[in-house]
Amino acid sequence: MSAAADIQRTADGRLRHLLTTEGLGLDLITEILDTAESFVPVTRNDVKKVPLLRGRTVVNLFFEASTRTRSAFELAAHRLSADVLNIEGSSSSTTKGETLLDTLKTLESMHVDMFVIRHGQSGAAEFFAEHAAPGVAILNGGDGRHAHPTQGLLDVFTIRRHKPDVAGLSVAIVGDVLHSRVARSDIHALRALGVSDIRVVGPKTLVPPELDAFGVSVHHDLRSGLDGADVVMLLRLQRERMTGHYLPAGSAFHRSFGLNERTLRYAKPDALLMHPGPINRGVEIAAPVAYGDQSVILEQVSHGVAIRMAVMAMIIGAHRS
Amino acid sequence: MADFPDVATLLDAMASDLEAMGIREANPVIIGIHTGGAWVAEALARRITPDAPFGTIDISFYRDDFSRMGLHPQVRPSHLPVPVDNRVVVLVDDVLHTGRTIRAAMNEIFDYGRPERIILAVLATRPGRELPIAPDVVGQVVETLPPGGHIRLSGPEPLRLSLESTA
Repeated sequence: MSAAADIQRTADGRLRHLLTTEGLGLDLITEILDTAESFVPVTRNDVKKVPLLRGRTVVNLFFEASTRTRSAFELAAHRLSADVLNIEGSSSSTTKGETLLDTLKTLESMHVDMFVIRHGQSGAAEFFAEHAAPGVAILNGGDGRHAHPTQGLLDVFTIRRHKPDVAGLSVAIVGDVLHSRVARSDIHALRALGVSDIRVVGPKTLVPPELDAFGVSVHHDLRSGLDGADVVMLLRLQRERMTGHYLPAGSAFHRSFGLNERTLRYAKPDALLMHPGPINRGVEIAAPVAYGDQSVILEQVSHGVAIRMAVMAMIIGAHRS
Repeated sequence: MADFPDVATLLDAMASDLEAMGIREANPVIIGIHTGGAWVAEALARRITPDAPFGTIDISFYRDDFSRMGLHPQVRPSHLPVPVDNRVVVLVDDVLHTGRTIRAAMNEIFDYGRPERIILAVLATRPGRELPIAPDVVGQVVETLPPGGHIRLSGPEPLRLSLESTA
């Protein structure tokens, strides 16, 4: 188990930080999903606010561009009545040469209770957690290729709401697994919930055979990868992370690995179609299936708020200040 | 162990007290606090005004001991069927102890609107108030409890009050 998995729990096993879905285990993941279930009605009420985090301060510290993740964290914090400060890496003093640690310590001295961090460097959130003051919690909003735990959690939450017997499902993760922190967080969360049939599907450049070390089966053919799948999780092609020649043009990728009305039929007729967004239309997914009957892509977005509320409330509750 | 009167008898007395206050004519919203309070509220509503809008609230998100105790993962959704603005609310709980649950429930109700009046009805009261909160209608007043003792309502069918010991 990684160091990140170790330091995210308190001595008595409660959630201290959220850095990765790795090592959370069935108990904590189930507690997070059950708590999120409690928050779903709150997000649909006329009054979408509860006072759990009143007087607390949450800083969203985003060194990478993000719309949905940042707004979901921001809305979650607001709905728990926290005060929220948004800082974007590009506009902050980080461009003036301040180190990550200086940034953390500076903001900490303003008595912040929780940081949500997104950073291009794998391990950035863990670094913050190692240096955070005792009362300060770190939530990983995505670090490099390493982890995006709240995405992994909202994905399994969405699956569980549709197919409660999660352990028995066949789940295919399709696309750019190599660069994807979402795929890693999904795989750890699914394995913790007992899912044994996890397939990763894509071209050899993006789905290298050594991925079988994660306990998943590797497929370089879409048809065999989707055969009989209950859940199809697409990944976004991360062009901004690709510096070499990983793949041909988008249309060629779509011909081999894209999801459309024809290729979706390789999976079970009631298979869920998921995508963490933003979608590349006509590349990994065709627009008609993205908004078709089997798609739960927009549900993933709305569940993202409830999941982040749950994680924030559990962490602040676990501090027992 | 003290024997409590039959819950149905207590409910009948509470219902006639509420009626004497003119509740039936006030077109109230009856709100029970999860879980026991909701059972009591439902039983009272049946006796007074079965057509009255009936809601339930779970005050877990409003508790003042959240940062010490954390959150129970399975919080049931609060459900208020109609706006509470300018309505008479009958707030119902099973046992009134510290008063903190009622404080939390009133905070939650005020997130939904501004009631004209809130009437507090509880099946039983026990010593240990920590807030200036008193019921308007009570089924059973318990004056003293043995150390570590508490009153528990089991239900929903049948509703039964009992004295339990955590010691």
